[in-house]
Amino acid sequence: MTLSDTLLTSFRTVVSYRLRSLLIILAMALGVAAVVMLTALGDGARNYVINQFSSIGTNLLVVLPGRAETSGSFLGAVLGQTPRDLTLKDAQLLERLPQIRRYAPLNVGAAELSAANRLREVTVLGSTEHLIPIRHMKLAQGSFLQHGSERSAQIVLGAKIAQEFFPHIQAIGQRVRLGDNRFLVSGVLAAQGETMGFNTDEVVIIPIDYAQAMFNTTSLFRILVETKHHNDIEPAKQAMLAILKQAHDGEEDITIITQDAILSTFDRILHALTLAVAGIAAISLIVAGILIMNVMLVAVSQRTAEIGLLKAIGATSSDIRRLFFAEALWLSLTGALFGFLLGQLGSQLIRWAYPQLPAWAPLWASIAGIAVAVITGIVASILPANQAARLDAVQALGKR
Amino acid sequence: MIRLQSITRTFHMGDQTVYALNDINLQIDSGEYVSIMGPSGSGKSTLLNIIGLLDQPNGGRYELDGRPVTDLTEIEQARIRREKIGFVFQSFHLVPRLTAAENIELPLILGGIPAEQRQARVQAALQAFELLQRAQHRPAELSGGQRQRVAIARATIMQPSVILADEPTGNLDHQIGAEVMVLLENLHHAGTTLIIVTHDRELGARAHRQIGMRDGKILTDQHS
Ligand SMILES: Nc1ncnc2c1ncn2[C@@H]1O[C@H](COP(=O)(O)OP(=O)(O)OP(=O)(O)O)[C@@H](O)[C@H]1O
Ligand SMILES: [Mg+2]
Repeated sequence: MTLSDTLLTSFRTVVSYRLRSLLIILAMALGVAAVVMLTALGDGARNYVINQFSSIGTNLLVVLPGRAETSGSFLGAVLGQTPRDLTLKDAQLLERLPQIRRYAPLNVGAAELSAANRLREVTVLGSTEHLIPIRHMKLAQGSFLQHGSERSAQIVLGAKIAQEFFPHIQAIGQRVRLGDNRFLVSGVLAAQGETMGFNTDEVVIIPIDYAQAMFNTTSLFRILVETKHHNDIEPAKQAMLAILKQAHDGEEDITIITQDAILSTFDRILHALTLAVAGIAAISLIVAGILIMNVMLVAVSQRTAEIGLLKAIGATSSDIRRLFFAEALWLSLTGALFGFLLGQLGSQLIRWAYPQLPAWAPLWASIAGIAVAVITGIVASILPANQAARLDAVQALGKR
Repeated sequence: MIRLQSITRTFHMGDQTVYALNDINLQIDSGEYVSIMGPSGSGKSTLLNIIGLLDQPNGGRYELDGRPVTDLTEIEQARIRREKIGFVFQSFHLVPRLTAAENIELPLILGGIPAEQRQARVQAALQAFELLQRAQHRPAELSGGQRQRVAIARATIMQPSVILADEPTGNLDHQIGAEVMVLLENLHHAGTTLIIVTHDRELGARAHRQIGMRDGKILTDQHS
């Protein structure tokens, strides 16, 4: 019996037991669809986080005052326990480093913004013109501290604030009052929405000197540093640590977080999570495999007389075995492909429902899902196929 | 040529040994027309199954066309069944989900015959057994006589040299049974060895050689 005839014959058998075949295919398909969709969700979440991180800047290092605990946690530093201040002078030292493209010192505070008979509290970022490119923010209009205007009292408004205060007129060129100081609106940020829980549409940006005066401080909240290349991140971190340690009388009382390190931690966690859900979903494939085994065992006993006949007209044991193998293969393969399509459709629905979530099933998961389904199907059919092949022809023919 | 020497076939029922065939010696030449008769349980079907290589004897020697076949591998025996032997059963044994044409095609598929040749051969067989109108019908839609014609077409599609028929008319009424016998005898006229097991004395008497069995032994062997 040729291979193509075996496949064709068993395909016809699958088609003729329509309801039975549909149920098995459905069970297989649901398992594969679960693998595809759950990994799409997991990988989507991973990519979502990566996107969020790169939307706040690439090749980014953040200098915080305070020493990270030796345990490796940087929580102490993040929570702002600062033994020694980080100053503008520290920030300027970094400029000399060859790996560094630009840096932006940062102060953050809150103040009342008033203009055009309106008043509201806003988050104030004090920085330099570099903040905007480093943080991947965009100006919809105007500029910030351009061309020797470093010391002038300029303010950039977040998109929503500009819209609130100056709904009908051009915001640029307007005078506003922030705290006790007056500023000239020089730019408006493009609407960006929320990234990493921080909404740039509702902030204002002013020069660092004004911010420090306003908040009556000389210490910085953060220094944001962007390296020239991705490979520069680690050398830059070491060089920065060395310089700042020297400036702080040999004490390493600052912490440098690389975006890369956080990112890869998240990446690892979410990848592991994706693998875990894929594994759980794969269990349903094993269940489908057991279903195939049962159904094939029933098929062998139902078709006993037919198997006897096939032997009588010259089928070998391996012909019979291959026929049952092929039948299981068709069932699991059709189920797997159908499930793959179902999973893709499901992922598409998720992407429609949550456009921010790039829920694409990773290739490895789709391939693994289909492969596991087909392999389970084949493994599950070993026992029934062997049983059929071993049947005694005369006794089998006697069965009705 | 079929040659059986001291063939025995035993079955064990608990601690009892049943001799289905007890020291059978038999030679059937090519082209013979033989009927096998005897009471129920006398070993007729067992003898036919051993001749058709569906069953293995416990002892003795079996030569088919001058070649000992009892020690052949399972694959070689299957090949002989496929190429030299055609079975016709009392209960037809058609595959219920396949059409008449597909049932007839089965041995060709098992024999690895290319699909293009299969179609022509199936068509010829359908025509020869007057089944052209029924080609696309399933067994459930056919009468008993038509089913047995499909079964005979299937048994002969590989042009075997031996046809083994185990009570081929057992499930048919007298008239239809006689028609089926004519079809089988036509095969014999064309040169095929025909061996028929039957309970019907009248049908058995039509064969040129009649073998009578009892308790696993050949009692009578008459040529007429
Ligand atoms: N699988 C089996 N297990 C046990 N005993 C068997 C088996 N097959 C056949 N026999 C016994 O072997 C003997 C011969 O059986 P066989 O079927 O050849 O008889 P038969 O002549 O064809 O009878 P019938 O006319 O009823 O078909 C019987 O006694 C039967 O009970
Ligand atoms: Mg019998």
